[in-house]
Amino acid sequence: MYAQLVETGTSKLKSLDEMGPEERQFQERINDEIKIEPKNWMPDAYRKTLVRQISQHAHSEIVGMLPEGNWLTRAPTLKRKLQLMAKIQDEAGHGLYLYSAMETLGADRDEEIDKLHDGRAKYSSIFNYPTLNWADMGTIGWLVDGAAIVNQVPLQRTSYGPYARAMIRVCKEESFHQRQGYQILLTMMQEGTDDQKAMVQDSINRFWWPSLMMFGPSDENSPNSAQSMVWKIKRHSNDELRQRFLDQTVPQLELLGCTAPDPDLKYNQETGHYEFGEIDWQEFFDVVKGNGPCNRERIEARRSAIDNGAWVREAAVAYAAKRQRKAA
Amino acid sequence: MADWPLFEVFIRSKHGLNHKHVGSVHAADRSMAIENARELYTRRNEGVSIWIIPASEITASSPDEKEPLFDPSNDKVYRHASFYKLPKEVGHM
Repeated sequence: MYAQLVETGTSKLKSLDEMGPEERQFQERINDEIKIEPKNWMPDAYRKTLVRQISQHAHSEIVGMLPEGNWLTRAPTLKRKLQLMAKIQDEAGHGLYLYSAMETLGADRDEEIDKLHDGRAKYSSIFNYPTLNWADMGTIGWLVDGAAIVNQVPLQRTSYGPYARAMIRVCKEESFHQRQGYQILLTMMQEGTDDQKAMVQDSINRFWWPSLMMFGPSDENSPNSAQSMVWKIKRHSNDELRQRFLDQTVPQLELLGCTAPDPDLKYNQETGHYEFGEIDWQEFFDVVKGNGPCNRERIEARRSAIDNGAWVREAAVAYAAKRQRKAA
Repeated sequence: MADWPLFEVFIRSKHGLNHKHVGSVHAADRSMAIENARELYTRRNEGVSIWIIPASEITASSPDEKEPLFDPSNDKVYRHASFYKLPKEVGHM
């Protein structure tokens, strides 16, 4: 999930009877699966929750370009380099679709980006892990984008219209990401040397647990989920989505001929689901709070991109003004 | 980016179809808005033509006006072809 721990600012769910007429009408609209659009009345907490979630989602896409950018100049072939560049450009695009959806709620893009840079806004924990070998490009596409797809498919039906429509675009592009990633790993496993195969396993060992953490805390530690579900921003619980991801991923793992770093991983014949070991939640909360392996580096990279690009933005404004003067 | 105005983007996905709203971009001016829209919304043959318009230039109806604007058409069923029942012998009309 690209949005983890999104505060709703509400402590207790209201029943329809406890709501004023406007809020009641709003909730009934949601219950009837009618999308909420920018100009419709909405409770302040719904608006704020969405701004938090959509901005966090957008920030994740933008920060998510960095771990892959690390390998652009080191891609093994020109073909792989072009593919990786296309994927990274998509992620920039996804970030922009989402910022654009967020602005329909009256939020200011610069202000939300400031919040990312000074640590008030979060982004997905997964992007705070380093990319140490080429196989990581495969693993990120397969596991990280795979987990993102499981999360984003239901978001296409989320209650806020502009968010849902942005997610439809994102999902269309995301399956290219996952397939290109899996193909990188498959090629290394089928045609690679022993060293290259070992790289794949090493990469999976490092990204396996962080990928499962992408879905956010377990349901009993997810105090904001209930309100988000009533508002239909969220459609499935964290644990439900995590399970769905695991069930589809383990057979792909086996097809690669690799293993998961989880001795407790096993198939349960009765339930038809895979069971897995305990997630290290301390690690998850540490990373979310800013103390993962790459948090500081990521934010520093974003800040310097904005600062070092200032002259480009100024030049563009000056050029636009000059062109306008000439036309006048 | 606050000094870059917001432009709404409309894309014609195929010849013969209408331009359809797809989202928005920030840009320093209109020609840059077209370039940004091209990069953002048509990376995979999604379009054959782009319109952009400053978001501030759009006037939209308000949800409060939904009844006065759209209700009157609800009670004019005779505006629909299905209102006119014709005998079977007429065939497809």
